[in-house]
Amino acid sequence: MYLTPEEERILAGEYGEGMRKAMEILVAIGKIYDAERLIPISSAQISGVSYHNIGDAGLEFLWDFSRGARVRVKATLNPGGVDLGKWREMKIDREFMEKQGEVIKIFMSMGVEPTLTCTPYLVGNLPKKGEHIAWSESSAVAYANSVLGAYTNRESGISALAAAIIGKTPMYGLHLKENRRPEVRVVLKTELNYRSDYSVLGYAIASKAGHSIPYIEGMGKADLEALKLFAASIATYAGAAIFHIKGVTAEWMDFEPPGETIEITSRDLEEGYEYLRDEFREVDMVWIGCPHTSLKELEEIAGLLKDKEVAAELWITTSRQVKRMAEELGYIETIEKSGAKVIIDTCVAVAPLLGKFKTLVTNSAKAFYYSRGVNRFRVKVANLEKCIDAAVRGEWV
Amino acid sequence: MEFRGRSISKGFAKGEVLLSREPISFYGGVDPNTGVIVEKNHPLEGKSIKDKILIFPRGKGSTVGSYIIYRLAKNHMAPNAIVNIEAEPIVAVGAIISGIPMIDKVDEKIFDLLEDGDVVEVDGDRGILRWVEKR
Repeated sequence: MYLTPEEERILAGEYGEGMRKAMEILVAIGKIYDAERLIPISSAQISGVSYHNIGDAGLEFLWDFSRGARVRVKATLNPGGVDLGKWREMKIDREFMEKQGEVIKIFMSMGVEPTLTCTPYLVGNLPKKGEHIAWSESSAVAYANSVLGAYTNRESGISALAAAIIGKTPMYGLHLKENRRPEVRVVLKTELNYRSDYSVLGYAIASKAGHSIPYIEGMGKADLEALKLFAASIATYAGAAIFHIKGVTAEWMDFEPPGETIEITSRDLEEGYEYLRDEFREVDMVWIGCPHTSLKELEEIAGLLKDKEVAAELWITTSRQVKRMAEELGYIETIEKSGAKVIIDTCVAVAPLLGKFKTLVTNSAKAFYYSRGVNRFRVKVANLEKCIDAAVRGEWV
Repeated sequence: MEFRGRSISKGFAKGEVLLSREPISFYGGVDPNTGVIVEKNHPLEGKSIKDKILIFPRGKGSTVGSYIIYRLAKNHMAPNAIVNIEAEPIVAVGAIISGIPMIDKVDEKIFDLLEDGDVVEVDGDRGILRWVEKR
């Protein structure tokens, strides 16, 4: 891989140990994927924040690394493992909360913004079409490549951090236009009536088209909230880092539709819902906010919860910044009056909740995957109205 | 005998060979406190990778694996060097942040020509593994 004289000096350690290590990481990844050179990036989104996931090993590494390194570009953080103001209500102990605080302080000392959300594009990290970025968090990667038209590979937490410190990333994969080309045409023969339908669609396409980059026709309109649920789902089930939707996403006009075609019918969606519904009647918990809810979603939830009282736990996860706006608009008061909790800085998938609840209803197919796999809950996916109804009744009818 | 590969993580190391024809997942597959492979039914299950020249085809599993390699190094339970057929980012990043010499792209015949316990040297700067002594 070609390195500029300055990059060579960084690799030789002339800019200190932190920069040297970050450069060595980028060069190794560049070599593995046959990158020609490094390219400048405009932002980074860094995962690997929850103490529950990275443990003492991650904490030690970040501590050592932080002593000689600062980020050179805008860098934002994925959710951690706990709402720092609500750890008791989340049934999480003080020691965990304090360790999580350590992780956040270390990132801040490196110049990373403590956004603690999987939706950086809702809190000011909003790259434009054609910008090169280095993002981790699979749902945000799929959203940024597809909806925004920014260029990023699926980074790990460490490679995204290294890229932020150098301000560059190896040029391979989805940084090259030819690798963003759609590979399979997906024709929708069904209407999408609820946002959860978009989430289930991500699962259905993954089941039929596998890892191929889809070019989707027949979706009509889709709002930001539907696209964010779809991106999260297709990233989870297909490992997709990019998709194209005719008339909707940033680059659909740049490519010809591929020849190979598959169809998605209403039967496929029904089968998706069937797969995404475990058997249970009593509902312990309802979770909305995978990915983190937008202001519009909080408005809708407040509308549905007005003058109601929940029987099950209802957790709504969002970012600190969006919650603040929702507070000023009065949505949070309405939601909390029902007994629901608005939780920030974390989510159900990365918090230490193993075995603390048994059953969960959500509007997100990604949430289904992680709540089952990581937390061992039984889970059902349903539209927002049904989710709220399940929370109010405390049972699935 | 000498195997020429590619430099992934710099440094020089010497030690006894430990071979695995199966990929290794460090997250969940290796105990970070003891250096013992704990993945159920793995060919190296129950063996320690401490101070070894660990030779395996490639890494697998969660990216948290990079942090586990770092923890092994901090606990003095890490291998002295890592040799892969085809490096992938989890193990490569783990080796770099932990200062463990690592090379890849060595000939797959290495699994037939070397034996556990052979003493070898790894030159991480130049991507070379050199045979020193038969077990």
